[in-house]
Amino acid sequence: MEFVLNGRRVQVEKLAPQTTLLDYLRASGLTGSKEGCAEGECGACTVVLVREGPAGTEYRGVNSCLLFLPMLAGQEVYTVEGLAQDGKLAEVQAAMVQHGGSQCGYCTPGFVMSLFAEQYRPDRGPEFDLHALSGNLCRCTGYRPIKDAALSLGPAPEDSFKARLREPAPVLGPAVYESEQGRFVRPGSLEECLTFLALHPEAKLVAGGTDAVVESNLQYRRWELLVGLEAIPELKVFEEHEDMLEIGAGLSLGELERRWKGAPQIVREWFPLFASPLIRNSATLGGNLGTASPIGDSPPMLLALDAAVRIAGKEGERVVPLAEFFKGYRQTALGKGEVIVSVLVPKPFPAHSRFFKVAKRRLDDISTVAAGFALELGGAGRVARVRLAYGGVAATPVRLFAVEEALTGQPWSEASLRRAQGMIAEAIKPISDHRGSAEYRLRMAQKLLEKFYYETASAEGVKG
Amino acid sequence: MKVVGKAIPHESAVEHVTGRALYTDDLLTRFPDLLHAWPVLAPHAHAKVLALDPSRALEVPGVVTVLTAEDVPGVGHSSHYHDEPLFPAEVMFHGQPVAWVLGESLEAARLGATRVEVEYEPLPAILSIEEAIAAGSFLAGPLRLSRGDAASALARAPRRLSGEVRIGGQEHFYLETHASIAHLDESGGVMVHASTQHPSETQEVVAMVLGLPRNQVTVQCLRMGGGFGGKETQANPYAAIAALGAWKTRHPVRVRLPRHLDMALSGKRHPFLGRYEAGFDDEGRLLAVRIELYSDGGYSLDLSEPVLWRAMFHSDNAYFVPDLEVTGHVCKTHKTSQTAFRGFGGPQGMVVIEDLLDRVARSLGLPPEAVRERNFYREGQTTHYGQVVKDAGRIQAIWSELKASSELERRRAEVAAFNASSPHTKRGLAITPVKFGISFTATFYNQAGALVLIYRDGSVQVNHGGTEMGQGVHTKVLQVAAQSLGVPLEQIRIMPTRTDKVPNTSATAASTGSDLNGAAVHQACEILKERLAPVAARYLGCAPERVRFEEGRIFPEGQPERFVPFARVVEAAYLERIPLFAQGYYRTPDLHFDKGKGQGKPFHYFAYGAAVSEVEVDGFTGEYRLLRTDILHDVGDSLSPLVDRGQVEGGFVQGLGWLTLEELVWDAQGRLATGGASTYKLPSWSELPEVLNVRFLERAAEPGVIYGSKAVGEPPLMLAISVREALKDAVAAFGQGGIVELDAPSTPERVYWAIEKVRARKEVAVGD
Ligand SMILES: Cc1cc2nc3c(=O)[nH]c(=O)nc-3n(C[C@H](O)[C@H](O)[C@H](O)COP(=O)(O)OP(=O)(O)OC[C@H]3O[C@@H](n4cnc5c(N)ncnc54)[C@H](O)[C@@H]3O)c2cc1C
Ligand code: FES
Ligand code: FES
Repeated sequence: MEFVLNGRRVQVEKLAPQTTLLDYLRASGLTGSKEGCAEGECGACTVVLVREGPAGTEYRGVNSCLLFLPMLAGQEVYTVEGLAQDGKLAEVQAAMVQHGGSQCGYCTPGFVMSLFAEQYRPDRGPEFDLHALSGNLCRCTGYRPIKDAALSLGPAPEDSFKARLREPAPVLGPAVYESEQGRFVRPGSLEECLTFLALHPEAKLVAGGTDAVVESNLQYRRWELLVGLEAIPELKVFEEHEDMLEIGAGLSLGELERRWKGAPQIVREWFPLFASPLIRNSATLGGNLGTASPIGDSPPMLLALDAAVRIAGKEGERVVPLAEFFKGYRQTALGKGEVIVSVLVPKPFPAHSRFFKVAKRRLDDISTVAAGFALELGGAGRVARVRLAYGGVAATPVRLFAVEEALTGQPWSEASLRRAQGMIAEAIKPISDHRGSAEYRLRMAQKLLEKFYYETASAEGVKG
Repeated sequence: MKVVGKAIPHESAVEHVTGRALYTDDLLTRFPDLLHAWPVLAPHAHAKVLALDPSRALEVPGVVTVLTAEDVPGVGHSSHYHDEPLFPAEVMFHGQPVAWVLGESLEAARLGATRVEVEYEPLPAILSIEEAIAAGSFLAGPLRLSRGDAASALARAPRRLSGEVRIGGQEHFYLETHASIAHLDESGGVMVHASTQHPSETQEVVAMVLGLPRNQVTVQCLRMGGGFGGKETQANPYAAIAALGAWKTRHPVRVRLPRHLDMALSGKRHPFLGRYEAGFDDEGRLLAVRIELYSDGGYSLDLSEPVLWRAMFHSDNAYFVPDLEVTGHVCKTHKTSQTAFRGFGGPQGMVVIEDLLDRVARSLGLPPEAVRERNFYREGQTTHYGQVVKDAGRIQAIWSELKASSELERRRAEVAAFNASSPHTKRGLAITPVKFGISFTATFYNQAGALVLIYRDGSVQVNHGGTEMGQGVHTKVLQVAAQSLGVPLEQIRIMPTRTDKVPNTSATAASTGSDLNGAAVHQACEILKERLAPVAARYLGCAPERVRFEEGRIFPEGQPERFVPFARVVEAAYLERIPLFAQGYYRTPDLHFDKGKGQGKPFHYFAYGAAVSEVEVDGFTGEYRLLRTDILHDVGDSLSPLVDRGQVEGGFVQGLGWLTLEELVWDAQGRLATGGASTYKLPSWSELPEVLNVRFLERAAEPGVIYGSKAVGEPPLMLAISVREALKDAVAAFGQGGIVELDAPSTPERVYWAIEKVRARKEVAVGD
């Protein structure tokens, strides 16, 4: 296996396929990248990949702790050690020095790389987008100096890094890596993938890796066979049709966010609340649905939009409504050797749709409760259609069909709201855990609907 | 030109941004044949270890050995109280290591650890302060501080109230987890690289475990990726295990805790329970207060007693209470041994009195800021432990200045107007003061040493006992040395902290790093200048008293153009056989405290500050945003303004994390349920206030402290109490007056239930 590291070609062999890029870098003496958590939360391990983005070649910040080394096959990586050239600091580095952006310095290389990726982003606006740094934690500074450093940055200088962006990014092709500990296979087409999976149904699928690698790093799960989904063009589609939108299951959420112009409000609200930009640069919808976490954030949003999933196996394809996809705690309708190809979102999008996420921290936290709501009002302020979907209130993401039905045809009023809230208390039995108590979860399921009610009622001029 | 007081970047800033700055675990590739260590974790919070059989672990390829109690040549504890066994016979907290496996790879060691067979007899565990109180399970106390007769003053007071507040602990979450690498050095000694705030104590513990005199052990701390108190004592077990492994195997051994182990094994800020009674008049003037503090110390003493003392010393915060009685207890529970954390108990003590004052104000229907102000210390008053509150007038001065600069009054009105027209979202505003005592309360720690070396080319090495963890002690000491010696910053190299350069050092803690070490370095530089002055005087043809040292030039006073370069004088001094190295030493004068009487002068001085915060709370969910914070803080004459501002802002944000979103939750088995980065949330960008104004108090030189500066490491953390109080203010706005009960951390869930409570009261009131 080969990749390009700070401009130099490197060969990897013998290492376990589940070795992370971060561990590899540090063991190779590139100790600038730090481990603060090994689960994608702190960003101390941030590096950039040279990738094809919606606006051409770009430097894409990723958590090196969440990449299995073989996923790098054919890729181009820069680490913090690669930035300063001929003894001269890169602008992002100089800005951090000047503004006092480092105290203990442990988070600094990660911030530098996130700053770098954003400064060189081809479609960046004139102001530095601070959100680009929200996947990096700092325990010392309180962020203000880092913010000032970021805001001081102008457009990327005309240097060799900028020049690199004028050339195409590496194209990920099929790859195979093997060592004593296991095997990694990256098929180059859906056909190839399904054929392989038919023979090896036990293989662990890895798309962006933001769940799978955490499982490896923290639960020490080991697999003999990994199948990488990153080089399958069929999983990367983004197609607008008359009656629906098709989103490739393997598209990173970061790409999706930038490509989905005119997304409905629920989706625009959902993106920034989903993990961090670093995670979104890798994470996929296929992975979020495939992992079937009851607190995953895409299900409530997609359920509210009445989405369906296209599933393919060696036997052929089928489309399953998302509401029928989750079968139990972390169980899905996927059969052996099947993959999610895409997510289908029907059009037109609902007139009102909102995404709410209650968590301890406002950004980059896992939901205590998440809700996706969609509403269509008919004549006389009556509910023509409503969809209520939740995460964090049951063993799977849920849609509350009974409540939806009871609301349909009723006036969108406080009285209806109270009735619906009462029914919610009957419909769900959340649990207590370290994120929140069962009582709070239930109350949030009710209160978020109330919030949705007041916001839509005032938007519609309905008097509550 | 003054070097001291200049806003320069951190002395390692360029190394930080390029990734060249080395931390302990970055040395791993420098040691061929390095062995990796992994602990065998007990799956119970409290249990007897009946049997331990490592034999199956040894069958795992790559496993080299398993460290157990039999391997310890000295004393098998990591604390000098001998109450923290490295290989316990009785497990005292969930996840406590009972043995350590050494492997050629981390994976081998980890797999080996799963194969060690241990038989346990589970025992009942005490997992909360309440359970400990009920069971009479205490590590220390009752400790007492008092003035006057609180009981009878309470009885006489026209108004009284009582209350209770629970304050959660806090995980340090230094970005760099605990790490040590130990090896046998070239001359038969033991060399330990450790991420430790107290290399001398780490040396002491390693020597004790190995049964060696301390001169056989050298500990070096390159720098830390954050400490915050979490590496004051708690680095020692990992250094000891690395050293023991190296001693046994003759291989270098690395111990580095991944985050989830670091969080499971290392001590945290003490959770507290505060109970109080207050007697006051109609204007909210405090007449008598009785406070009872219970801290959750975890399983062993560690620093819990001094932490509790400091909480009790700060139970007055900035307020004069004529009759005040504070009692403290350290509860013993089956949890990690809780430890130092920025503020060292002071913050918990202050939260209690601020909670009390807020309640007094709300019970009277008065603005909390008016009640706070009424109770400030005035010049000449003393604390409840008998120390004069030096510069007490600064409390009021800071308060008035900050109220004006933050436009508190105008914004009070705006917030009220906003709240009147916004049923579902409310804003809250609060201003709170900080008075924080500087010095180790254990008097003997208030000493420091330094060793300054000048080489014949004029370049300088500075060694001192302080460790660098991001707080900027090296930067400040560098500025002090450059100023004192009159050489440019670039000519000075600050050396990594090592026990073989300066012995018997104190922990870098209690905010004293720059005060103590800066003064010691200053003294060494003064000695060297005194020796160089006569040599220079001969060159310059002037009296030695008239010789001035500035920026690498030596010249007669008032005649800078007649300079000779520093290096030339140094060389001449060498040829004249004058020693070009000197030790410096400093001890803080005049400190004393009698624990029995609870009286004395434990602090050299006080650091002051105040903050105003404004928040907005969502009534549907209890979620909130911090809209704006204004800070005015007293750093004396800042040695290094960029560093000091960083400490103020960073401390504030860390404090707001502690009080609002960082939540330690232990499950029924005593396992830390929020034991990872995905479950335990630090402040991120979203917690940074939308507007943050930070200013330093002007004309604030502190006489008797190095270059008139003041310590700044800890005090700003407590500025975040303003956020907690602002949240209570917003919660109150959902109801119709009356007190607000809110424990810390005020997570959205707690805020939500607090809102429900005040709303319910409102409905009752309306119903009446
Ligand atoms: C720091 C951090 C923060 C996070 N925050 C959030 C958050 O806010 N909200 C949230 O919902 N999630 C969050 N997550 C979880 C995670 O990012 C998502 O679940 C992500 O969408 C997974 O996508 P992936 O491509 O990385 O999955 P991978 O890890 O590659 O795969 C996950 C699982 O899905 C299966 N899978 C992947 N692709 C397919 C496919 N095409 N067909 C069938 N099965 C497939 C794989 O078998 C695998 O087991 C967070 C994770 C991290 C590390
Ligand atoms: S180490 Fe924390 S995100 Fe990778
Ligand atoms: S500078 Fe220490 S974590 Fe950011």
